[in-house]
Amino acid sequence: MKLKLAFITFAILLMTILTGCEPLLVLDPKGPQAETTANVIWLSILIMAIIVIVVITLLIIMLYKYRASKQSEDYEPPHIKGNPIVETIIVAIPVLIVIFLSIVSVKSTYEVETVPEGYEDNEPLIIYAASSNWKWHFSYPEQDIETLNYVFIPTHRPVEFRLYSYGPITSFWIPQLAGQKYAMADMVTKINLVAETPGDYVGRNANFSGEGFAENTFNTTALSNEEFNKWVEEIHSTADPLTEEQFDKLLEPGHLGQMTFTGTHLEFAPAPEGEHAGHHHGDSDEGHSDHEDSEEESHSDHEDHSSH
Amino acid sequence: MEFFDRFAIPHPSPMIYASMVAIGLVLIAIVIGLTYFKKWGYLWREWLTTVDHKRIGMMYIISALLMLFRGGADAVMMRLQTAVPDNTFLDAQHYNEVFTTHGVVMIIFMAMAFIIGMMNFVVPLQIGARDVAFPRLNAISFWLYFAGAMLFNISFVIGGSPDAGWTNYFPLAGTEFSETVGVNYYMWALQISGIGTLMTGINFIVTILKMRAPGMTLMKMPMFTWSALITNVIIVFAFPVLTIALLMGTLDRQFGTHFFASTNGGMDMLWANLFWVWGHPEVYILILPAFGIYSEVIATFSQRNLYGYKSMVGSMVLISFMSFLVWVHHFFTMGHGPLVNGIFSITTMAIAVPTGIKIFNWLLTMWKGKIRFTVPMLYSIGFIPLFTIGGVTGVMLAMASADYQYHNTMFLVAHFHNVIIPGVVFAMLAGLTYWWPKMFGFMLNERIGKWGFWFLSIGFCLAFFPMYITGLDGQARRMYTYSEETGFGPLNMLSFFGAGLMAIAFILIVYNVYYSFRHSPRNVGQDPWNARSLEWATPNPVPHYNFAVTPVVNSSEAFWDSKKNGHQLFKNKTEKIHMPNNSGLPIILAGLFFVFGFSFVFGIWPGVIIAALGIFGCMAYRTFEKDNGHYIPVEEIEETEKKLGGAK
Repeated sequence: MKLKLAFITFAILLMTILTGCEPLLVLDPKGPQAETTANVIWLSILIMAIIVIVVITLLIIMLYKYRASKQSEDYEPPHIKGNPIVETIIVAIPVLIVIFLSIVSVKSTYEVETVPEGYEDNEPLIIYAASSNWKWHFSYPEQDIETLNYVFIPTHRPVEFRLYSYGPITSFWIPQLAGQKYAMADMVTKINLVAETPGDYVGRNANFSGEGFAENTFNTTALSNEEFNKWVEEIHSTADPLTEEQFDKLLEPGHLGQMTFTGTHLEFAPAPEGEHAGHHHGDSDEGHSDHEDSEEESHSDHEDHSSH
Repeated sequence: MEFFDRFAIPHPSPMIYASMVAIGLVLIAIVIGLTYFKKWGYLWREWLTTVDHKRIGMMYIISALLMLFRGGADAVMMRLQTAVPDNTFLDAQHYNEVFTTHGVVMIIFMAMAFIIGMMNFVVPLQIGARDVAFPRLNAISFWLYFAGAMLFNISFVIGGSPDAGWTNYFPLAGTEFSETVGVNYYMWALQISGIGTLMTGINFIVTILKMRAPGMTLMKMPMFTWSALITNVIIVFAFPVLTIALLMGTLDRQFGTHFFASTNGGMDMLWANLFWVWGHPEVYILILPAFGIYSEVIATFSQRNLYGYKSMVGSMVLISFMSFLVWVHHFFTMGHGPLVNGIFSITTMAIAVPTGIKIFNWLLTMWKGKIRFTVPMLYSIGFIPLFTIGGVTGVMLAMASADYQYHNTMFLVAHFHNVIIPGVVFAMLAGLTYWWPKMFGFMLNERIGKWGFWFLSIGFCLAFFPMYITGLDGQARRMYTYSEETGFGPLNMLSFFGAGLMAIAFILIVYNVYYSFRHSPRNVGQDPWNARSLEWATPNPVPHYNFAVTPVVNSSEAFWDSKKNGHQLFKNKTEKIHMPNNSGLPIILAGLFFVFGFSFVFGIWPGVIIAALGIFGCMAYRTFEKDNGHYIPVEEIEETEKKLGGAK
């Protein structure tokens, strides 16, 4: 009995902490993608809590009613083989729950993988995010600038992060804006997100990548469109251009602070997409070298993924 | 001297030097002790060369307990390091090695050994057999496992431990980013013990299919035997994938191939896929025998038959099939699009259905029962709510969109410990306590056992429930430290406290063995728990031929029927028994495998060649050896039975 009490107390405690004073990052979304996942998480926590409570209640009833100390010496438990009705119920209810959750899961997965609702008509801002041991390089081909270990994004405009890695598999994650995705050396993966509230958000590599992994973080700042444009202009007037030599130096293992450059490394070290992708099993993409053509890009990427 | 440079530890620390000294001292103490007490002969004749499934089972279990303490020490070090922000107890490299070895040791060398040990001891007894189908192969399995485990465990004092995580993802595990021999150790230790496991799989499938007592049809097998059969089928299907993946990894690291490299047509994602094609079924290899143990324990201590026998079997078959269809959920975030993720999300959640059936069947087994709160039963009762929590968080993780937020975080860490500890570890402790009198002829103390249970359960909750919260707050797994402003500090401290309670629990469990060895009465009879299945029809401890007379079975609870319904188990009269001979070959073979693996790790090719020749020599010797076993005469059986007061 003590056990059950302990669990109930713990469950209550858990809920209090979960909903308590400071909201947890994942459950404190600042954009539609993270909000979708947060809603899915809350919904699943609720359904799961009901299941756990039902199981614990049944267990308590069984233990309380059928404990040996409550029964007479000569009570002989009956031989019960099973009951088709009971067994149908214990199959049917979980099946229904799983069907419901499957629908939620598939629907929300499609949602978070595409441009959020209401932003389909806006042209997305494309930012390449490449990881190296143990840094993040952000390239803005449209704005022709590059930053290290921090990224500025405009609010209310879809942002398409194109991820790849110089080295081990990493995982690009800004918990308050969207779920994570792997960055790998031989292909480009994508995250679509929108920030709806201006502010600073922590971002990190979530996938273990060696000695400097713990400090492999970056800062994300969301600001209004005007401020974002002002920031871009400012960089063009103050920052130095990124040279190939300098970029190679940046790639060396270690930690660096935040840096800003004009120009991007994509010019001399293109991302592993299209003709530069690591896995080309056909020649269907040959001839499409136009990097700015996003439709062509997404097409070739899609093929790339599905061929594995 | 240059030759020996390669054995230096790349990243030394006072703790590692202290461990070296400790290992040296323990080895010397063992050698001196064995010599002083003149136990070398006994050890060789009775244990090292044994082919008796019960002794092999015990050796598996003892090794598993040793590995539990090794892995547990790693766990406590990790919790200590992360207990406060910006801690400097371990540096990044050490922390990486510690969590890597923790994972490998706990899964491969602790949990696997524990379940295989249990199967070894219990399955032949439950089906009324005298041994497994291939007793000598069984000994080879054990010694290969042991060689692999030892190879892995010396890594941290010779050459450096693996540091790429137990999942060992390439390219991080490739030579470019992991230069030391650590990952070579990973490849060879898992390879050698994996071969042993594959042999076990074949051995037990044959044993269960061919050696059941007369009358025991498949649907009259005890539930633990059923779980063992299904587990071994999964082993036979899953382990070859690991074997090949490890071989490809070795070729990549030591012979310059590019299977898992991100250049020259290699593919890093291939490792992740192969690893989890083995790795996910592996999870069910661990949990199904645990389910089997709970089925035995709950039925025994509810003093009722297992509810829904057929649906229990059916759900396990379904789980084993589906376990091969879900591996992609380990990397939803690899970018394979919503369609693939959606499909694997659904298959993953679907496994919850057969698992749910089992939970309800256990609850219904208690219904109208007469529940006794013994230590094995306490673990089983604790298992139900805790495992349910672990199970439902698994369903949460299965939702692909939400997994983008849980993946690689402490939430995931909390989830899989929440299924493995109350699932597998509780089951092993329940099973060990339950079958202890069968193994050693005395009972473990109930009072100390209960204290152990409470420390372990409460410690578990305190250690792992906070991780669900820090995970949702953005704490990634495998971070050796975090800053103060993240706010992860207090909950991590709570985790450390919980880990401390768990450590106390394991110390209590070991103390219980010592205490009970000294103080428990030896006349426990053959059936101290009032149990139901066939293994309890043998005397305690079990003579090495198991049953003097092969029992005849009429139901899944033949022993219960013999007690309550007048079923006659032993109808035939005693005859001479054919038993296999002991053999020193398995341990020699495993020793050669150890040398082979060790030489390969360091690329010492003469050693590799000599050991390989030795291995083939052993096989050739075995091929031409004439060993037809021996007979135990009737008089000897009758004398033994009289002494043990067995078979009526």
